Amino acid sequence: MMNKLIFIYFAVVILTSAILTITRRNLVHSIMFMLLLFFHIAGLFVLLNAEFLAAVQLIVYAGAILILYLFVVMLLNVDRERSAVRANRFWPWMVGFGIVIAGEVVLLIARGMFPAETDQPMQLAGTGVKELGIILYQKYLVPFEIASVILLVGLVGAVMLAKKDVKE
Amino acid sequence: MIPLSWYVILSALLFTIGVVGVLSRRNIFIILMSIELMLNAANINLVAFSHYLQSLTGQVFVIFVITVAAAEAAVALAIIILISRNRGTVYADEFNILKG
Repeated sequence: MMNKLIFIYFAVVILTSAILTITRRNLVHSIMFMLLLFFHIAGLFVLLNAEFLAAVQLIVYAGAILILYLFVVMLLNVDRERSAVRANRFWPWMVGFGIVIAGEVVLLIARGMFPAETDQPMQLAGTGVKELGIILYQKYLVPFEIASVILLVGLVGAVMLAKKDVKE
Repeated sequence: MIPLSWYVILSALLFTIGVVGVLSRRNIFIILMSIELMLNAANINLVAFSHYLQSLTGQVFVIFVITVAAAEAAVALAIIILISRNRGTVYADEFNILKG
């Protein structure tokens, strides 16, 4: 019962801050609501016995990616945002389609059956970080290396794109 | 205990909010942040199924998703800086130089 109450709190805050994120006019307010959302998703991960992922969520998403967004927003001149139109001209259609899709998906999932309905915590020694490391470095070693190549491409690509051309 | 379907419903609603944000906002920053919302919805799904199926594979894939999201944010923000330097705007419906 307690777990259900905690889950409902996290879900309500996540959905509310997601809606506020996509509707605010001020970009910095949007980013702050996004920060709230990431904290509550980390709490949801703790509820699901994924403590390492909760820490990664806070450090990488809230600590790195959002700060990057905040820096770029402050680098660019977004003063026009105070008076500009927020949404494009199709937005009532898009919101209507979104409500229809959400209703359909919720109806489908609520009427469906999921076979995996246990609530036993995973049988792991310790906190599960060691098992995660073993499975990451043995079974999923090749995807791990590909992920590191993706990070390298991101690094080089960001520097190449954003630097100013220097004419000799 | 929390039913698995609650997590899946939460994830579906969050994903739908992200889709509506991508399709209806003009500001390109908000569009990128909506993409992050959709990635987070997928992460909630993966962690929930990993917990209920007693398998760590879902958590491994969440690590990969976070890696890809970080690289995507870096490259996309560099592209935004480049576009706003060349075109002087950050609104998606004003990038219409290819329009016939």
